[in-house]
Amino acid sequence: MSAVLQTRGLCKRFGALTVADNIDFTLEAGARHALIGPNGAGKTTFVNLLTGRLAPSSGSVVLGGEDVTRLSQQDRIRRGLGRTFQINSLFRGLSVVDNVSLAVAERRGVSGRLFRPASQLSEVRDEAMELLRSLGMADDAQVIIANLAYGKQRLVEIAITLAMKPRVLLLDEPAAGVPSIETHRILDVLDSLPVQIGILIIEHDMDLVFRFAKRITILVNGATLLEGTPEEIAADPRVREVYLGERHE
Amino acid sequence: MRHNGSYSASPRIGLLEWTPWIIGIAAFFLLPEYLSLGARILIFILYALSLDLVVGYAGIVTLGHSAFFGLGAYAAGILSARFGVADPALQLLAAMAACALMGLATGAVILRTRGLTLLMLTLAIASILLEVANKATSVTGGADGLSGIVVAPILGLFRFDLFGKTAYWLCLAVLFVGWWITRRLIYSPFGASLVGIRENHVRMVAIGSPVSRRLLTAYTMSAVLAGVAGALLTQTNQFVGLNVLSFESSGELLVMLILGGVGRIYGAFVGPVVYMIAQDMLAKQFPEYWSLGIGLLLVIIVLFARDGILGIIDRLVALVRKEAR
Repeated sequence: MSAVLQTRGLCKRFGALTVADNIDFTLEAGARHALIGPNGAGKTTFVNLLTGRLAPSSGSVVLGGEDVTRLSQQDRIRRGLGRTFQINSLFRGLSVVDNVSLAVAERRGVSGRLFRPASQLSEVRDEAMELLRSLGMADDAQVIIANLAYGKQRLVEIAITLAMKPRVLLLDEPAAGVPSIETHRILDVLDSLPVQIGILIIEHDMDLVFRFAKRITILVNGATLLEGTPEEIAADPRVREVYLGERHE
Repeated sequence: MRHNGSYSASPRIGLLEWTPWIIGIAAFFLLPEYLSLGARILIFILYALSLDLVVGYAGIVTLGHSAFFGLGAYAAGILSARFGVADPALQLLAAMAACALMGLATGAVILRTRGLTLLMLTLAIASILLEVANKATSVTGGADGLSGIVVAPILGLFRFDLFGKTAYWLCLAVLFVGWWITRRLIYSPFGASLVGIRENHVRMVAIGSPVSRRLLTAYTMSAVLAGVAGALLTQTNQFVGLNVLSFESSGELLVMLILGGVGRIYGAFVGPVVYMIAQDMLAKQFPEYWSLGIGLLLVIIVLFARDGILGIIDRLVALVRKEAR
């Protein structure tokens, strides 16, 4: 197996506050990896360091063998790093298929064309529709986002990111705000994602994490506490203490 | 009736979209005594259309669009009055070139900011230009205005007449071209990405869109359109006053656009027509208080119909359809 995404000694400090403390992390190709940890453990900071939204104080981020620490968000996206947002970040006034089409057009490099009508680029729309079909969302393609149920909006969030054909997919709490009876739909979609994509999921819903992930990393106070298979994690006494303990006592 | 560029919107020009042109042509024959007002309205429609491209589609709020309108007006005027170039096509081209450069140069700097900061910066640029035009009297004529502008017959055939017939046709033709290009832009992939930026700036960055470049392109194109409108005003009036650069001009324009409806293309048509006809009528009836009438109109629109006159029409149509069902 090869690493598609790696961090080496990644640190981020805001003044005296260390929010990422010397994190060494490896995401294998095709991985189903979960990042968990108590609130304030620095999970979102870590994601922002990976995507380039934040610049690290020290350490490096390596994407597909290339050091991308100094590259912008856009450059990392072009190199195959996709992410979804913890809070929906969609084009609310547009239909589902138009949301996905925008991302498809960017990836295909046709989004800057000035004069030919966009609707004539039928391959963009067709690809968007195909993607929605594969996620079981074809029926909602014409619905305006603002009129769409929240759980389905979460799926559009994933669809937009998939439209960019990422090699690495960072899912920041894909089930956040989704009623628990609907999380199975999110899980179904996650299970159906192409196997070659390396996926890192940040999630609070432990059911979802333990059903989806093959590997789990626990972050506490900005540092990795432990990494292992779900069985190892569930069995480790330290984990119960800092994390699971809060719930399972 | 919303015109949003997207990958599923049909770019076909609907029957309704021909109405402005039918009215424009009919007005020439039916209202010959109002041709100069008509030409003014056509110019402001083009000007408002350029504003709609940035405000309505790209989501860039500006209070300094008069910078480009004024620059275009002065570029055309100075070319004629100081360099003796009377050819109307060259005057328009000069205005376009000047505004393209100014749009690129200022846009590259100010579009890094957003919201109120951007608003203030656009205002500042217009104010600087106004002050430059005010002080550089040898070139611009300063507060006295720029006169001595000569506009040769269009294509050597159509002389600018006292009744404003030629000016009216010129404005209508140029507006048509401006409208056609703007509409093409809005329905293009570029237009779709502008709407994306307006809807969610952060997300556009996250899907790898070169947002700053897109905004700069839109801003520059809008600047060129506004410059053409300014040059048309110069050619129609054969005079340029400092007021073309004023804050009032930018503000008035924004009011017209909001009145008509933002981000709809045709809001830029309806707004100036309603505003300027209301202004014309009110000024005749109540020479001192006409702006009160305009103010009330705006207050009503902002309170009850945020999406402008076209928004009201949209809702009425929807209501009627519902009743009919």
